[in-house]
Amino acid sequence: MTTAIASRYTAEYPTIAPTLPGQNLVWLTALRQEALSKFSALGFPSLREEEWRYTNVSAIEKKLFAPSAIGQVQETVSKELLSKYQLADAWSVVLIDGHFCAELSALEGLPETVTVMSMADALAQQPDNLERYINQAVNNDEHSFVAFNAAWFTDGLFVHVPAKLALEKPLQVLHLSTQGDLLASTRTVIVAEAMADIKVIETFVGMDAAYLSATVTEVFVGCNADVTLFKMQCESDKAYHFGGIYVKQAKDARFTHHNFAFGGLLARSDIHTDLDTASECELNGLYLGINRQHIDNHTRINHLKPHSISRELYKGVLDDRARGVFQGRVIVAEDAQKTDSQMNNRNLLLSNDAEADTKPQLEIYADDVKCAHGVTVGQLDEKSIFYLQSRCIDEETARNMLTFAFANEMVDKIKIKSLHDQALEQVLIRFPQEGVNKEWL
Amino acid sequence: MLSIKNLTVNVNDKQILKGINLEIKPGEIHAIMGPNGSGKSTLSHILSGKAGYTVTGGSVTYQGKDLLEMAPEIRAREGVFLAFQYPVEIPGVSNIYLLKAALNSIRKHHSQPEVDAMDFLTLVKDKVRLLEMDEKFLYRAVNEGFSGGEKKRNEILQMAILEPKLCILDETDSGLDIDALKIVSEGVNSLRAADRSFVMVTHYQRLLDYIKPDFVHVLAHGQIVKSGGAELALELEEKGYSWVEDSKAAI
Repeated sequence: MTTAIASRYTAEYPTIAPTLPGQNLVWLTALRQEALSKFSALGFPSLREEEWRYTNVSAIEKKLFAPSAIGQVQETVSKELLSKYQLADAWSVVLIDGHFCAELSALEGLPETVTVMSMADALAQQPDNLERYINQAVNNDEHSFVAFNAAWFTDGLFVHVPAKLALEKPLQVLHLSTQGDLLASTRTVIVAEAMADIKVIETFVGMDAAYLSATVTEVFVGCNADVTLFKMQCESDKAYHFGGIYVKQAKDARFTHHNFAFGGLLARSDIHTDLDTASECELNGLYLGINRQHIDNHTRINHLKPHSISRELYKGVLDDRARGVFQGRVIVAEDAQKTDSQMNNRNLLLSNDAEADTKPQLEIYADDVKCAHGVTVGQLDEKSIFYLQSRCIDEETARNMLTFAFANEMVDKIKIKSLHDQALEQVLIRFPQEGVNKEWL
Repeated sequence: MLSIKNLTVNVNDKQILKGINLEIKPGEIHAIMGPNGSGKSTLSHILSGKAGYTVTGGSVTYQGKDLLEMAPEIRAREGVFLAFQYPVEIPGVSNIYLLKAALNSIRKHHSQPEVDAMDFLTLVKDKVRLLEMDEKFLYRAVNEGFSGGEKKRNEILQMAILEPKLCILDETDSGLDIDALKIVSEGVNSLRAADRSFVMVTHYQRLLDYIKPDFVHVLAHGQIVKSGGAELALELEEKGYSWVEDSKAAI
């Protein structure tokens, strides 16, 4: 049945294929064909697959999301979303319905040696360069969303930062979806050469409609380079979202990810990273589920070589009938001695109907490593409630304050002011209970 | 200020306090000393309203009102302040936010308007200087990553800003080095006033070198077995708790 439904997408493909970028590239055509046949054979991931066992995507199969030929700026509401989410203190690129939009992007003053261009342009202008990166941090076998993206991506972004360059401002990639039934499928490649230092913010927003974002971002962090990636997922509450981030870290490379999952009816993020010798990664996540939201975060940290360090903290607050899923895998290869890894997932359930599914997995093949993991699903700490009561705060306010604090701990990790304030606002919108006085924050 | 009469308290059906009597007048400093397990912490918890204790008899009257009837936050707003032995870390809430929330809760309780933002900042910065703290502490999350000494200092900072009437210091000296002990003691001494009383719960005498009590009570096996002036603490230090515990056995 799955394949029968997937075949609707497959059947549509011949009409879509001629509109996709990179038509003349033999390697890309082959890659897309391989992806298409994988997707056609498997369909979207099913609950039978271990890494999708908590997330049912059949709703996506029942619809037929199709890419738009070219991004059209929906005059009124898009501007409102843009002004709300486009960060003033960052360079920014806007992708509308899966297509780069030059006139809304703001890249003035970007150093000339830095490349920020649409994926379509990059495939036309430097195809050999792209061949070195596309599907190199992940491949079509990962799961069929990746294959789907490989076959269907309409555009995206290519970012290249040369060695030793530290970008003074962050780069924001703003994904904006404007219509229901649309598919926004983009591929982004970020390359930071040795000792480069960049911060990239991926923001996902959309109009109040049922659309599908299906994006893949591949990140290559060079030797001793430092990449911080933020994901602000503020999709419409009717939308479906899949976003995969696949990272390759060279020796001594640092990668930090801050994953804020606020929106979407059904949202799944993959964050996978491969660590070379003495590299470090930090994965932070916050997911807030209300109503009937289903938010799934899947992380995989692959310690391949010795002396690498990973730190992971994911927190979830789930209210109403929302469901949060956390699957965190840490793999320590036989060769990866002296690995130092800590993984934590903490969940707060605010209603009896909310659900948290958490599955930390450690797979350790080396014998001299330090690995820890912890998981909690529960209520607020009674000691903290009493402490606040003893500071004149009534119990209900104390509970609300602590719920806010639980989430705000992750927001506080953002050191970019405008982004911090945006995330804070998202938290406050979702939990507007009495107990937190916005003016005092 | 505070009148404890024949107070008996159970924890999980086990009697921990076995008839405590204590009278504290405005402006007085009382030290409660005793060995581990004597019920010292239970006494400070019961005064501040922590859950998990069952009062089986007796009464506690604070400024003419039944203290045990009040919710913990009402006691705090009425002027009872507990400086915790182990202050709780609250990531995600800044120190200054908590101070403002607490102070405004008190003001609301007394039908006063919210504190003016500028006045508040001036007040807080004054007290921060008094306790020789870095202003940056105000903007850090409550107690998060603070050293033991910083946490205790932070408790006294809260006390200085909230201006309580009855201050209960629970093992405030534990975990403090000598410099931090001096600063904390000076902070406490600066708050001494004719209308403010202190209850210092402590295992060791050394805190009393810096904050001189008017009365010392020795708690053993859930009862006050000996009361006296500041000199009692010195005698205790010399002879050890077995001295009073033995004398209790003789009662």
